[in-house]
Amino acid sequence: MEPIRTLRSRTVVLPVSDIDTDQIIPARFLTTTTREGLGRHLFADWRYAPDGSERPDFVLNQPQAAGCTVLVAGHNFGCGSSREHAAWALDNYGFRCVISSSFADIFHSNAGKNGILLITLSEDQVNALLQRARQHEGYKLSVSLEDNTLSDDHGFSATFQVDPFRRDCLLQGLDGENG
Amino acid sequence: MAAPQTLFEKVWRHHEVVAETADTPAVLYIDLHLIHEVTSPQAFTVLRQRGLGLRRPERTFATMDHSTPTRTEQVFGGAPITLEDAARQVSELERNCAAFGVELLGLRDARRGIVHIIGPELGLTQPGKTVVCGDSHTSTHGALGALAFGIGTTEVGHVFATQCLLQRKPRTLAINVNGALQPGVTAKDLILAIIGRIGVGGGTGHVIEYRGETIRALDMDARMTVCNMSIEAGARAGMIAPDETTFRYLAGRPRAPQGEAWAAALERWQQLPGDPGARFDREVDIDAAALEPMMTFGTNPGMVIPIGGTIPERTGDPAFAKSLAYMGFAPGERIQEHPVNVVFVGSCTNGRLSDLRAAASLLRGRKVASGVHMLVVPGSQQVKRDAEAEGLDRIFIDAGAEWRESGCSMCLGMNGDLVPKGHYAVSTSNRNFEGRQGIGARTLLASPLTAAACAVRGRVTDPRELL
Repeated sequence: MEPIRTLRSRTVVLPVSDIDTDQIIPARFLTTTTREGLGRHLFADWRYAPDGSERPDFVLNQPQAAGCTVLVAGHNFGCGSSREHAAWALDNYGFRCVISSSFADIFHSNAGKNGILLITLSEDQVNALLQRARQHEGYKLSVSLEDNTLSDDHGFSATFQVDPFRRDCLLQGLDGENG
Repeated sequence: MAAPQTLFEKVWRHHEVVAETADTPAVLYIDLHLIHEVTSPQAFTVLRQRGLGLRRPERTFATMDHSTPTRTEQVFGGAPITLEDAARQVSELERNCAAFGVELLGLRDARRGIVHIIGPELGLTQPGKTVVCGDSHTSTHGALGALAFGIGTTEVGHVFATQCLLQRKPRTLAINVNGALQPGVTAKDLILAIIGRIGVGGGTGHVIEYRGETIRALDMDARMTVCNMSIEAGARAGMIAPDETTFRYLAGRPRAPQGEAWAAALERWQQLPGDPGARFDREVDIDAAALEPMMTFGTNPGMVIPIGGTIPERTGDPAFAKSLAYMGFAPGERIQEHPVNVVFVGSCTNGRLSDLRAAASLLRGRKVASGVHMLVVPGSQQVKRDAEAEGLDRIFIDAGAEWRESGCSMCLGMNGDLVPKGHYAVSTSNRNFEGRQGIGARTLLASPLTAAACAVRGRVTDPRELL
């Protein structure tokens, strides 16, 4: 697992609350027996029309989403099913960090075990990020897990807390036991 | 004297191998690890990659339910399983259980069923145990006074290898329910009302203990329905203190303690209920007598109203607007009398014998409305046999419903039991998420009584009109 120390990336924004893991990866893709290659199914029903074509209005289908490693989303992200496939899909797509005002418990645990940094900010701070992302094209965020800080290029900065054990695991690239 | 403890604190402390510190989580011992075909294969792969075995195979127990067929000819008749990937998951679980020495109730086993139905049914789930499974509805088992919660596949691997989990101690939330449920109002309506009240994230970081005279009066099937949906309020687990109802339920079950061991267990279990004066981090009070049959109108279980109510307005909330657009509803609209295309009775929420009895009680001598597809899927093969012994299968079949073999089925449609795009499905399951029952499917969560009433009328119907 790749350690996380600092990230700097353009930002994908999903200003929707209560995004459940069925949306992150629908159940029909859970018949796999491996954890590889699930990024192509990430947000499948929001990303693709039933005929398989891309929905142009969905954020991941827009050119500025390419190569983004940071996702900002509404509160209670990752609620519902315990499927770790949700974390595998986010990771395989390329996301290393998700920012929200709250995360569901099981998703929180799954993300950490796959090297995805979850940053919990206040609802006001998340709203400020969402607004700034609308204002500035190609909006970038810089994250330092070493310093527990988050900033943009336009004067926003915040500190965040991560459980010390989880933080250690992320900094070292460990899943929490021995690997 | 030790400070008074809640039920949760007692179970937690009994299983704390190492207590948590500011810098490190607790190491928690796991008594019972339930596994199924969908969330275990990758964990077995990790064991093989690391050259590890199972720490305690005798505390690990497997079945198959999520992607398995419910059509009799595919379960017992030798017909091929429609979905190739599902067939592969079934055979991989068989192979893994054989290789690692795990007891498996396989596809044709008479004791097979939905993992959260058969755990209690076999007596594997017991008061005071820690129970985990790679499935969020593991909260169901808390109805027997166990601490039971869903985990991810990496954690499934950790339990395989160590029989322990690293866990932060959750906070506690008491939900005190008092007053008598009115006729036609069930445990499902109660838990939907609770989720509507505290919200889908209202229990995050907490273990809920359901308490009060209403909970004490519920039978075990109803208690399991309540605890099952704790996760839909975001809670880690739901628990109910064990009492005579619990002990009567467990007595004589094949995996429950027998003889002298039963007496010793009973003595231990009687110590589990919270001490007088034990404090919770939060408390919520619910008046059960004021509740009505409930139904969801949106795309999470917190979007719920009394069945005769109107859909609320929430301006400036894009997620709410998106949800109503998906459902084809508008604020201010009533859901009652809305046409229904599909009715599903089953799942780990409402697939037990008393749920099937409730649905059958409204269907007896009546027909499923023309144009409505009704699917009844028992939660386990034991539930199926018990229902058939009472003639419930005849009531469903004579009414025009389909009667299937057990499994998760249309709750999440992994096995191909799907709701068509745009169709309205009244479902006794637990999640009305977008696409949960099929791409574009519109789910209305309700009790088995309400589901049966909707099937008869072909429209959203208050079950009290047919009682």
